Amino acid sequence: MDLLNALVAFLNFVFVPAAAYGAQLALGALGVTLIYGILRFSNFAHGDTMAFGTAIVILFTWGFQSLGISLGPLPTALLALVPGIAVTALLVLGVDRVVYRFYRARKSPPIILVMASVGVMFVMNGLTRMLPYIGVNEIRFDDGARFVISVREFRDLTGLTEGLALRSTQLLTVVVAVLVVAALFWFLNRTRSGKAMRAYSDNEDLALLSGIDPERVVRQTWIIAAALMTIAGTLYGLDKSFKAFNYFQILLPIFAAAIVGGLGSPLGAIAGGFIVAFSEVAITYPWVKVAGYLFPDWQPGGLLQLLSTEYKFAVSFIILIVVLLFRPTGLFRGKSV
Amino acid sequence: MSGNRQASTAASPFRAPVLFAVLAILFLLEGTVRNSMFSGSWNTALAILNMGLISAIMALGVNMQWGYAGLFNSGVVGFLALGGLAPVLISLPPVEGAWAAGGSRLLLALALGVGALALAAQVWHRMPKGRARGLAVTAVLIAGFFVFRAVFDPAVMAIEANQSARFGNIGGLGLPVLLAWPIGGLFAAAAAWAVGKVALGLRSDYLAIATLGIGEIIVAVMRNEEWLARGVKNVTSIPRPVPYEIALQRNPEFQQFAADWGFTVAEASGIWVKLCYMLLFLVVLLSIILLAELALKSPWGRMMRAIRDNETAAAAMGKNVTSRHLQVFIIGSAVIGMAGAMMVTLDGLMAPTGYNPLRYTFLIWVMVIVGGSGNNWGAVLGAVLIWFIWIKVEVWGPQMMGLFTLPLPDGDIKRQLLDSAPHMRFMAMGIVLLLVLRFSPRGLLPER
Repeated sequence: MDLLNALVAFLNFVFVPAAAYGAQLALGALGVTLIYGILRFSNFAHGDTMAFGTAIVILFTWGFQSLGISLGPLPTALLALVPGIAVTALLVLGVDRVVYRFYRARKSPPIILVMASVGVMFVMNGLTRMLPYIGVNEIRFDDGARFVISVREFRDLTGLTEGLALRSTQLLTVVVAVLVVAALFWFLNRTRSGKAMRAYSDNEDLALLSGIDPERVVRQTWIIAAALMTIAGTLYGLDKSFKAFNYFQILLPIFAAAIVGGLGSPLGAIAGGFIVAFSEVAITYPWVKVAGYLFPDWQPGGLLQLLSTEYKFAVSFIILIVVLLFRPTGLFRGKSV
Repeated sequence: MSGNRQASTAASPFRAPVLFAVLAILFLLEGTVRNSMFSGSWNTALAILNMGLISAIMALGVNMQWGYAGLFNSGVVGFLALGGLAPVLISLPPVEGAWAAGGSRLLLALALGVGALALAAQVWHRMPKGRARGLAVTAVLIAGFFVFRAVFDPAVMAIEANQSARFGNIGGLGLPVLLAWPIGGLFAAAAAWAVGKVALGLRSDYLAIATLGIGEIIVAVMRNEEWLARGVKNVTSIPRPVPYEIALQRNPEFQQFAADWGFTVAEASGIWVKLCYMLLFLVVLLSIILLAELALKSPWGRMMRAIRDNETAAAAMGKNVTSRHLQVFIIGSAVIGMAGAMMVTLDGLMAPTGYNPLRYTFLIWVMVIVGGSGNNWGAVLGAVLIWFIWIKVEVWGPQMMGLFTLPLPDGDIKRQLLDSAPHMRFMAMGIVLLLVLRFSPRGLLPER
């Protein structure tokens, strides 16, 4: 029984939150890695564009709610994703046209594009905070059913002392992420445009010789990236809550996830997202409760917490450093170093 | 770096003096004219100028990294915060009982932590390649972590329990605050060495991402480690290198002096203190520029530019690109750290919550790019100018917004627009950065 309790506590406090967080990071890292593979620079504006997309989704959610449209047990934000992605994609395409295309045409070194993305980050940052009713506040916009199963229901059902709560946003995050990833891989591997994209990423000159239109590939990349950013941002916001500054801060775990997996490798980005999320949660979780069930006679002095939660970003950083030291191309052999 | 960033045609020799004169006029207007655009107070003008001078030193540090070597440091805020730790640890009077409570254990813990890392590095270099080596290094690191925590945690608890309401930190050494400035530089240099060692020599983006991480982590450490600098409880009353206003106001000679110049005593004392700071900052700024210019004109400077303009060619000529990059990265970070120590001294306050990456990393970048990367005077001009605009936009933004929204009826939308004015600052800076990057990538004062 104690073994079961330990398992449930582990699932409740480590596995489920980490899986949801990992799915969010994976989607974010997929966007970073796609942009890196095609446009060949690290997009510092990624976090703030995620915040912008989420803010648009929130506005549409409120709009739908005031019209009385809802998805029943599912959050209305899912419906609002559609217009949210459209608006974000338009904005990102406009930004590409005004900012990045110029440097691409001149074949500027990647670091100049990184610098330009910092400028875009500032603009996105201001733009998000200037949207009506968004500002810098913390916003919760999840509606519908809160729990798939709550702690009390679980306890009543199983008779265990420990409860397992599964919030609907957590389940939803994982399900949506799986669907999105499946669709993305189908696109990349099965469709003509997807194949053109991979060809362009592998060898630009060869792709140009085979008659692939580079601007078309770039446009498609931005649209897909905008969709990924908006979805990742919305899922993150549904799961935690929306606060514009937090989206700047998850830039680091997202970059770490993309590099751990290997920049430019979509599969790597997903693996990286879960590696970063699970290490972050496992290292900042106080294990004393789980240990109490497993070793009832042991009285540990502290909380058995390796690092306090304030240092969760240090975990992604350490993973990043380890990968840079020992395998700079990442686990899945991404782009050249 | 592709392409040569040096001028094909020389810019007008009058360009720099004219731009600096414009800057001086702006400050004169701020000091003398009182209307909706300027405050007409010398106290305000000098306060902006002092922070502008500190920003100029930060910009010089970033310019060394970016302008000389093409290194993108996105963790300026971290090196700045680390430098700001120096005045707290060096110049604050010692806290009674703190060292006795856990000082020696704390030092032992830090030594153990560094020792474990060094041991792991040695194991990695000495052992033959293979699975055994990986396992040994991991074992050393894990064991080292637990030994470190076992010594560190009780020491921290003891220090934080010591007079926790008033202090709870380890306290300083009671040395002069001016000494803290170079030491702040040393702190930042040490962190830069560690990051540079890992991230340099790889893709150029990797340094940017790694420094972004170290920046956030240093600020997180400052926020949470109360034994170090009281964390979010802040450290106030850091000693000053200049006289206090209140002492001046009580001094009869100074009262007479103020009356002679036609100022009230309160106003004159504020101006006097700020002028003292300004002189100190100018001395530091000019010495850094002098050293930097001498270095740039030396064979070392030519080598750095050669590396920046064509890494492959420089490497083929036998230059060790990675170690030169490491060198300039450390020097630039040291300058940033020094600016951090100066900033904390000026404010008399160490408040870790104030270290916002947008304000202290990316705004400094805007200063360097706008001023002219690769040109030290350009970095200084850009820093003071952008800082002046940054401060004034806080006043001008809402006024402009008020003007725009004048025809709108009162209500939600108008209030929203007025509330959003402060965020326009970030957007404006982003647009300035993008415009300069695109249309005038060499900045106001191009590299000679």
